[in-house]
Formats: sequence, structure tokens, C-alpha cells
Amino acid sequence: MSVAPAKAITYREAMREAIREALLADGRVFLMGEDVGAYGGCFGVSKGLLEEFGPERIRDTPLSESAFVGAGIGAAMGGMRPIVEVMTVNFCLLALDQIMNNAATITHMSGGQFAIPLVIRMTTGAGRQVAAQHSHSLEGWLAHIPGLKLLAPATLADARGMLGPALDDPNPVLIFEHGSLYNLEGELPAGAGAVDIERAATRRPGGDVTLIAYGGTVPTALSAAEELAGAGIEAEVVDLRVLRPLDDRTIIESVARTHRAVVIDEGWRSGSLAAEVSARIMEQAFYELDAPVTRVCSAEVPMPYPRHLEQAALPQPAVVAAEVRRMMGTG
Amino acid sequence: MSATIGIEREHGLELLRQMLRVRRFEEKCVELYSATKIRGFMHLYIGEEAVAVGAMQALTPEDAIVATYREHGHALVRGVSPGSIMAEMYGKVEGCARGRGGSMHLFDAATRFYGGNAIVGGGLPLAVGLALADKLQARRRVTACFFGDGAVAEGEFHECMNLAAVWRLPVLFLCENNRYAMGTAIERYESETDLALKAASYELTAWSVDGMDVIAVEEAVRRAAAEVRDGDRPCFVELRTYRFRAHSMYDPDLYRTKDEIERWKEHDPIPALSAQLQAAGLLSDADVERLEREIAREIEDAIAFAEAGTLEPVEELERFVYFEGAAP
Repeated sequence: MSVAPAKAITYREAMREAIREALLADGRVFLMGEDVGAYGGCFGVSKGLLEEFGPERIRDTPLSESAFVGAGIGAAMGGMRPIVEVMTVNFCLLALDQIMNNAATITHMSGGQFAIPLVIRMTTGAGRQVAAQHSHSLEGWLAHIPGLKLLAPATLADARGMLGPALDDPNPVLIFEHGSLYNLEGELPAGAGAVDIERAATRRPGGDVTLIAYGGTVPTALSAAEELAGAGIEAEVVDLRVLRPLDDRTIIESVARTHRAVVIDEGWRSGSLAAEVSARIMEQAFYELDAPVTRVCSAEVPMPYPRHLEQAALPQPAVVAAEVRRMMGTG
Repeated sequence: MSATIGIEREHGLELLRQMLRVRRFEEKCVELYSATKIRGFMHLYIGEEAVAVGAMQALTPEDAIVATYREHGHALVRGVSPGSIMAEMYGKVEGCARGRGGSMHLFDAATRFYGGNAIVGGGLPLAVGLALADKLQARRRVTACFFGDGAVAEGEFHECMNLAAVWRLPVLFLCENNRYAMGTAIERYESETDLALKAASYELTAWSVDGMDVIAVEEAVRRAAAEVRDGDRPCFVELRTYRFRAHSMYDPDLYRTKDEIERWKEHDPIPALSAQLQAAGLLSDADVERLEREIAREIEDAIAFAEAGTLEPVEELERFVYFEGAAP
């Protein structure tokens, strides 16, 4: 069996390759958003694409989130396959009317007449000392909305492989790229391509406890698992990958094996995605549990600027590990 | 061609017929609302018919329409079947949106009727996107976007005027200025009440027209549509009109005087056109009787269709949240 040679790549480059591949494969695909063209993307994801594909397909927009997100919806209904980049999740608040009242409702409200094959990408998360207005994790809010699909690539393979299937989907798909992941580096097989956008994935097997995470908290969970392994505790790490619709089966199967679960979520605890996952475990696997499901979420404060306070507000591997040891009665 | 009003008899009769259809259809809707056959929010277009009827004359079947929650008239004139509109308001499967939308959310892919948008200003970005799709696919189509004066105060209006202008998109912005944002008079919420002047600041052609005069509306919108279609840029037309009925069926209409309403009724577009046609010798009493008879029959048929329609089984409640099948 021949193995495709692996090549070193960053998460940012994997994302760019995915966009480039989509642009090459389908003339209906175009990218629009703030500074995606001449600037190369606020986070450098689309660097070089303007030069390669031109201003018709790599469209710099005015700072008009509602207009260009809504235009993405209209263009999708008009037969295109738009990729809309909202610079960060914080700015999607200015486009919520379009996301919620149009993207999420028109298919249903029209009795199934219109598909909305639209992808909206946005950076999410904290950790870079950019304070309260630029550090939100609102995936949980958006995952509340029927009619949307939400993806959170946490690996190079997902950064490379989720966009294609998202564009093929006839529904609006939101892709959340955690800011701390862009410089993640590793190897991908040269032929790496589409991945499934339906199932959660087990990133590390283990029999003692399930750590459930997504996006930026996947590395947190993996670090905690590594730390716990040193203490003889085998933690399984489940990466949700798809935040709506949630893949209950993978979660429940894991918890049924480990009998314990900790959900790690950079969103605020109250009304969080972690709360939803926890409720589903209670509903579907209550009698499998040896301990109550617990959550490690962000502290319920607007994100403070100083590094020590920001780090104290965010889910940390040591806190996850301590939570597990407490559950296991070894803390 | 009549020397006095500048239109053919056939066309004059058609304009009158369309305005009468919308008027009579909605008068029947009021009865059906009172009889609790139609529920929810319902917003009547009575008084404003000249706008939709005049404007639609300028559009081709390939053009797209984005409308507001006050869109019964637009759907009817565009060619969505009266039966499917009535069935929609009855919440029946045979409705133009399978009953899922109701009065405010009429949709019809076959006539490129993209709603039925009930968030003020929310339809404008969709129209910009539909026009962008046409431009990127090199189709010479117009997207006509209807919205009210209230939408001009929304951020989305300004964002969309700017985006359509800077990208030179084929959007025909049609502002139905009925002088009230629900119950707030335009002088009380706009710093500049000349809406065409406001729009013109975005470097696009903008003008105002008497929205109670169907012939004037048609002429203005034809001119604007031609500029959009051939000139590769958006246009804005303000249509000055007035609604004779309350904002919605819930509105006690306390914010304006009866005198004001009566004064505007003197400009009712239907008697106005009838009088013009009659004066030009293009319309007889027999014509009017025939139109009324045909329209009454069409509406009775629509009601019968809606009455005979079926309610969707509750088991299908969660259908259409996601699109069924691959995107076209």
C-alpha cells in the first residue's frame, strides 16, 4: 500500500487550501468579507487569494456585517455558493438579524422551496489579551438556532476538510475557527480532503472519564488527559466537531464506557453548549453515570485584559484535571 | 393610444383590473379575519395598490422580487395564484409556502417571489445578494426590492444602498413611503423626510413619484428598471403613498386624524384611474361591472380552494427546518 507523503502545514494554511480548492472546483464559489482581499484576511487565512482569483471572487466588503451576511444569503438563493467571512464572532452580533431571521428561517418559512447553500466562517474565542469586546465564544448562542449547522474544526484535517462538505450542504453552515488554533502546525497527507460533518470524533481513547470539548478547548482537554495519564487515569477526549446538530451517539457511547464526563467549554457556563451536552447525558445515559456530569467553562465575567485574569477566566488543563481527580475520589 | 392619458385601452383596463383585484381580495381578507379563518398578523395594502401594480409592469418573469410583510398585493400582481395565497393565510398545505409562513411570508419560487420579509429592512440585504448572484453569473436581471419608509431609519437600509452602489449591483430599490412607521409619522422619526435626497447621497439615481397615480408609478419604475438593467447600477424610487387602513388588524389607529385619512382617500388610485379612463373614453360602466364580476369569481374560487385545502399532519411539524435534497 502506498502512503501519500505527509507535508507540514499550519491550521491557517489548511483553511486557505480548503478555500482555494473550493474556488478552483466550482465557479459559483466566492469569498467575501472585511479585509479578505488586499489585506489578506485579518488572520492571514486568505493571503494571496485576491492575486490568484481576482476581485470578483475575493470581495472586500464595507464594514456592513448585516448587509454582506444577508447578501451571502441572497446570493446563495440566487444560485451561488458564497463563503462569507465575518472577521470575528464578536462582529456577527451586527448580523444576527440576517443569520437568525433569514438564513435560519427562509427554508422553513417558504415551505421548503429555497435552499441556502451558504458558509459563514468566523474566528472565535479569547486568549490573546484583547479584552471584553473581542474575546467572545458565542457558539452556544448560535447553536440554539434550528435551521443552522455549526462546525468547529479543531484539527488540521478538519480545517482542511470541513469547508468542501459545508459548501455542498444545502443549508447555512457556520464554521468557527478558534483564534488560538491558526498557528497549530503538523502534518497532513498530501491528498487530505473532505471529512464528514456529522459525527463527533474521539481524539484520545481512555476508559476512566470522557472529556468533551470543541474548537479551542480540544487542546485543553488533550493536555488535561496527558496530565491525568501521569497519575494513572485514562481520559477519553471527544471532540464535538459538529455543534449543531449534536452527535449524541458518540457522546453517549463514550460515557457509557467511562461512566464519567466533564464538558469543557469556552462559553460562559449559564445557558452554555456545555449545559446542553450535560442535559443530553442526563437524559440518555443517567444510569450509566458513576458521578454527576461536571463542566469547566469560562468564568462569568466580561473578559478582562490582564493576562493573569484572562487565564484565570478561561478553562485550563489543570482545572480540568483537578475536576477529574475530584470525581474519581483521588483529588 | 389615447391622446389625453397616454396609454392604450387594454393596458389601462389591466392596470385597473389589477388594482381592483388587490383591493377586493384584501376586503375579503378582512371579512375572513373577522370570521377567524385568517389569524396572526395581517397588514393591508388598501390605498397603496398603485405602487405594486404600476411597479410590476416594469419587471420580466426572470426578475426577482423581495417584498415586506404587507405583500398580498405584490404576490397577486406578480402572478402567485390567489388560491395559493388564500390557502397560505388559512395555514393550509396548498398555500404558496405550505401554510408555514402565513400572511407575512408569502414565497413562490416559480415567480421568483422571495417573500414576505417581516423584519423591517431585513429584505434589503437579500435583494443585494440576489442581484450579486445575477451579476456574477452575467444575467441581465433586475431584483426589485420593496420596503417601507420605516426601513429607511434602519442601518440595513444604509448598508445596502452603499453596498449595492459601490459594487454596482442591479437592485431596484422601491421605497413605499406611506408616511408612517407603524404609528410614528415620518416627520417625527426622520431628520430628512425627502427620502430620495437621502438615497442620492449613495451616488445612485434616486427620485420620487406620486404613488397614488398608477400611470406615473409605471412610467417612473420603467425608467428606473431600464437604468438598472442596462446601466449596471442600482436605482432608488420613492413612491409617495398612503394606507387607508390601520397598520395591522391589531392597530386602533389612534395616531392620525380621520380628516387626514379622508383627505388621502380623495386620491384613491382606483377611482382616480377609473375617472381618467372614463374621461378619455376608454372605460365604460359595463367594463367596470365585468371586471368586478370576474374578480369576485376569482376571489370566491380562491376561498373555495383554501377551504378545501388540507392541514399538514402534526407529524410533519419539523420538516423543512433543513432543506430536503441537494441544493439546485
